[in-house]
Amino acid sequence: MDVDQRDVDQRDVDQRDVDQRDVDQRDVDQRDVDQRDVDQRDLDQRELGQRELGQQLAGLDALEGDEAGAPGRLSVLWGRAWPKLTALVLAVAAWQLVVLSGWRPSYVLPGPSTVLDEVVRIGGTGAFWQALGVTASRAAIGYGAAIAVGSVIGALVATIRPLRTAVGSLITGLQTMPSIAWFPLAVLLFKLSEGAIIFVVVLGAAPSIANGLIGGVDHVPPLLVRAGRMLGARGPTLFRHVVLPAALPSCLGGLKQGWAFAWRSLMAGELLLILPNRPSIGSQLDFARDLNDSPLLLAYMIVVLIAGILVDGAFGAVDGRLRRRRGLVDTAT
Amino acid sequence: MSLVTEARLSSATPAIVIDGVSKRYATGAVALDDVHLEVRRGELLAIVGASGCGKSTLLNLIAGLDSPTSGRLSVPGGRPTLLFQEAALLPWHTAAGNVELALRLRGVGRAERRARAAELLEVVHLGGMGERRPHELSGGMRQRVALARALAQEPDILLMDEPFGALDAMTRDLLHDELERIWSETGVTIVFVTHNVREAARLGDRIVLLTSRPGRVAAEFPVDIDRPRRIESPAVSRLATEVTAALRLEVARHGR
Repeated sequence: MDVDQRDVDQRDVDQRDVDQRDVDQRDVDQRDVDQRDVDQRDLDQRELGQRELGQQLAGLDALEGDEAGAPGRLSVLWGRAWPKLTALVLAVAAWQLVVLSGWRPSYVLPGPSTVLDEVVRIGGTGAFWQALGVTASRAAIGYGAAIAVGSVIGALVATIRPLRTAVGSLITGLQTMPSIAWFPLAVLLFKLSEGAIIFVVVLGAAPSIANGLIGGVDHVPPLLVRAGRMLGARGPTLFRHVVLPAALPSCLGGLKQGWAFAWRSLMAGELLLILPNRPSIGSQLDFARDLNDSPLLLAYMIVVLIAGILVDGAFGAVDGRLRRRRGLVDTAT
Repeated sequence: MSLVTEARLSSATPAIVIDGVSKRYATGAVALDDVHLEVRRGELLAIVGASGCGKSTLLNLIAGLDSPTSGRLSVPGGRPTLLFQEAALLPWHTAAGNVELALRLRGVGRAERRARAAELLEVVHLGGMGERRPHELSGGMRQRVALARALAQEPDILLMDEPFGALDAMTRDLLHDELERIWSETGVTIVFVTHNVREAARLGDRIVLLTSRPGRVAAEFPVDIDRPRRIESPAVSRLATEVTAALRLEVARHGR
């Protein structure tokens, strides 16, 4: 009896121990769960904060965007075309009026329709295309060489200070010098050859190209240069990634002016130096004057004008694209 | 002070040591005069001062864009980079292009550059804006692109020269949150220069007040306010009032 009772007591105690341990375990579990809940809540809270911040920023960003849609392509094209067309019509009308006034006989100053017929006629001849080919290749070689020479000189003068002091004003001096003044020397140096013409074209165009680059480098915002240096760019790397692209709009101005000088120099050269078996636009002009063929002369002049306008249009397109990309175009107009 | 901050501040060597640094310009103007300052690793130090206190000069010196006339300046904390008041993005690149250039100049390969730039823009909440050009972004967005570009350099120290000075208050508040988050996630050391005392109290672990003409360290204020903070909280306001009082005293000195 006694023993039994003790056994039972002992078992009771054991049971209680087990119960207690169970309770303890449950407590610990509960605390773990609580802790995990807290952790989870912290994480959720942070994620929520993060998402909220993102949303608020996105909201502000969206409010900043402009709502106006871009105008249609056709209306843009028309907007650019009508002033040009109007100007053309006015110029042709003025020309026709001068012809009608009888100021000069029509075999000296033919009317627009005669000249237009002549343009169409020479467009069908092989001689014209051969002449155009010769002139175009001279222009390409001369202008290409001028770009190479002008860029290298421009880059050196823009970045090396003593060189700048030494030859900076010399370049501007060369730029203002009429290229036709170079021809006598060119003939002495290169005889009557392609080289003489190219020489003058390069001398005509390179100073403008160099000056465009120098001016562009001078106007690069110092902040961009500092930002570039902070990104770890130095020397040539800085020049290539920051200075040169920043100077590009001014460079383009120099290139455009350089082209104008190159084209003029080329025409002067082709009129002055007529090389055997090398028919060119310039030699055709001279030829037409010799024959007193006014319509032919004017037709070639119109070709020269059109070539100038087309190249200028190409420069304009590149310049417009550059300015649009950099936000230098007022979209409100 | 939060646990994270405390652990970081206890790191042994400082990030920046400025020991008796002076800067005199060729014109004779003294921008900084005998400045002593230590920035701890992982610290967010706010520097305030009125105009002419040489705040920008100090940052340029730390960034290595300029060198001190006298005194010693060392940056054992690693590579610094500088954020300007204007974003100084390259206008011929897109937002992503600007970030990619920073990566490219560090020698990161082309394919990786693209992916990394997208990630970084995501970090500053500008995911999907990568193809925009700088002029198509607001001031706040530009400043975030500049921040992403700075982070692309994986700097150890971020020097910020009144980066939010030109922004509206709403945008500035959000960018404070943003900067605090990036700081706590990356562990980068930040020196934040501002003339806005509240901004300094909102962000800094410590505020250093510089005198003007010449710039000297006038006073230091520890900021014992738990993060995350709000700029309109009473604790931030109280500290800002205290610092402003000291700043006004300093400015008044020049009025006599």
